[in-house]
Amino acid sequence: MALALEGSQALARTVALCRPQVVAAYPITPQTHIVEGIAKLVADGKLACEMVSVESEHSAASVALGAAVAGSRAYTASASQGILLMAEVLYDIAGLRIPLVMTCANRALSGPLNIWNDQQDSMSMRDSGWIQLYCATNQEAVDTTVQAFRIAERCELPVMVCVDGFTLTHTLEPLELPTAEQVDGFLPTYSFRHGLDPSDPRSLGTLVGPEHFTEVRHAHHQALMQAQAEIEQADADWAAVVGRHCGGLLEVRGDPDARLGILTLGSVLGTLEDAMDADPELPRARFIKLRSYRPFPAEALRKACEGLDHLIVLERALSPGSGGIVGPEVLTALVEMAEPPRVHNYAAGLGGRDLALDLYAKLTQAVLGAERPREFAIIDADLEMLPESDR
Amino acid sequence: MNEQPLHHLDTLRARQPRFRGLESGHRACQGCGEALAARLTTEAAGPDVIVANATGCLEVFTTPWPQSAWRLPWIHSVFGNVAAVAAGMEAALKQQGRATQVLAFAGDGGTFDIGFQALSGMMERGHDVLFVCFDNEAYMNTGVQRSGSTPHAAMTTTSPPGELRMGKRHMKKDILSIIAAHHIPYAATASVAYPSDLRKKVRRAMDTEGASFLQIHSPCPLGWGHDGAKTIEVARLAVQTGLFPIIEMERGELIGTLPIREPRPVSDYLKLQNRFRHLFASDYRARKELEHLQAIANRNIERFELRGVGPESYDTEGADTVHRGGDRWA
Repeated sequence: MALALEGSQALARTVALCRPQVVAAYPITPQTHIVEGIAKLVADGKLACEMVSVESEHSAASVALGAAVAGSRAYTASASQGILLMAEVLYDIAGLRIPLVMTCANRALSGPLNIWNDQQDSMSMRDSGWIQLYCATNQEAVDTTVQAFRIAERCELPVMVCVDGFTLTHTLEPLELPTAEQVDGFLPTYSFRHGLDPSDPRSLGTLVGPEHFTEVRHAHHQALMQAQAEIEQADADWAAVVGRHCGGLLEVRGDPDARLGILTLGSVLGTLEDAMDADPELPRARFIKLRSYRPFPAEALRKACEGLDHLIVLERALSPGSGGIVGPEVLTALVEMAEPPRVHNYAAGLGGRDLALDLYAKLTQAVLGAERPREFAIIDADLEMLPESDR
Repeated sequence: MNEQPLHHLDTLRARQPRFRGLESGHRACQGCGEALAARLTTEAAGPDVIVANATGCLEVFTTPWPQSAWRLPWIHSVFGNVAAVAAGMEAALKQQGRATQVLAFAGDGGTFDIGFQALSGMMERGHDVLFVCFDNEAYMNTGVQRSGSTPHAAMTTTSPPGELRMGKRHMKKDILSIIAAHHIPYAATASVAYPSDLRKKVRRAMDTEGASFLQIHSPCPLGWGHDGAKTIEVARLAVQTGLFPIIEMERGELIGTLPIREPRPVSDYLKLQNRFRHLFASDYRARKELEHLQAIANRNIERFELRGVGPESYDTEGADTVHRGGDRWA
């Protein structure tokens, strides 16, 4: 039965279905409704869980880390500055290969202060060694969250489920919540073979010198690369349970025969699809929904790009002084192709700027007929607002 | 029973406490107060514990991969989060219905400074964790830089004496008063010079439900500039002068002190250490700082009423009479 639920409420209930024993969080917009929802479920006796309301995001990540190594399934959620404050702990969690799941309610980073949707926060953790899965809808956020626990625990890697702030977290959509039986059947009881127990004392997080550190990093990199199979598998297995899939590593949608491709992460996809569907006069596009940003699915991406003349990589984040963040990685992956498409890299919707239906026409018109890749641009920047020197 | 000489290996083994959480063979400096404090703490705590350890000397000298000196389940995460990691472990064990206790170990940096926010949060939330601060009064692991715990006028590499300075300009942070303000069930100070007192406090803290805190004064021969063979003597003088009061608190109220039988002048303590060497120069400012430090000790003695009323078994002269195989410890 479909329910009309706010994204955050759906996520709170989904997390509860995954039976975490410890949830630690510090409130930050737009993550708050998720952890408020979990706190209420705990208070009402509907979830047997220690809800630890910590004094900072640094501690939120640390409490989750401690709980996971002491043998409990653990969860946290944050956004924006919270992600940055917990950054050193996030790197540590990944480096110690601790299975955890967190939701990142994607929001812009300061300064200037901005609380709205932007993916710079999770992008800033790109190299932390976490798996990052981006969700296009609230239904995907629900299904990805259940899958994330299994992926994390099987791969011994933490998983960040990236959900666009407000656009998804605060939006009501009809969606299906899984049943407890479905989740219990899919997700085994938590176990972590490197956990801490007095009956088998081991040391975790020791000092590792140059003679071993390289191999530790290599193993971590390999674990992420190999996690691609587990991400695909989890999606397929979950689809067998609930009849819905999220696209594995990436999903090709739209017109499969189109010579123009548009690659997106997160919720903007729905807007572009609606725009194309609404106007048959507009050029057709093949959409590539990149779900797994880490690990980066280069092989699957090349396959998805076969036959394309142009590929637009549209991002909701920016690397000032360079341009796109995902774009250059896509370009690197496609270099291996015999006939790679021209890659055009744009950012849009920074800090919550509304992405309307006309974005589709703007993007397609900008690149069609281009002989060379267009220069990176923030495509919805209104340069008239800026002094001449800043344009 | 066939009495063997005391130095015989089997005799020594038999006289060991039953459990050692921190084994020999680690890489601490000779005379390291922190290593001794950690060993005494883990001996008293017993084997059914999990330890979270902040970044610092203790973490580095005990776990150079692939070696580890710990016989306890142990984790190091980062510098400032040890109290939160311990809180998470405690929350997990509580939810699992397990009785295993959680210890958090940190130096003074991980307690007074970078780890302070997490510590305050852990205490405010009342996690059943014993937080142990091995206080050696500076950032020793990075090469002796001043911390919030460094005593006034002490020389460190970032509080050097010079034309314009007489060592650290600021006071040693009164951490125990801050801890007391959290009204946790049990908080105490201890010193490696008084091991039976230290052990007793660890056991008491472990028996206390809720957050407890133990600050153990742990000399660092390298950072303080004293002979490694004099660690106990230096630690003892810190207590005997009144510069490091040994006290116990319940819910923030003072419940006990280690009385000082005969207070020693602070110069007896300071002159053994290079970090205070500049205070013994013939310099007006040096004399003023010595007076200042003596005033701090006097104030501690007055504030905590440390002056003993006469010889007692539990005072600065009596409490070291720890019988271990029948011999005096000290």
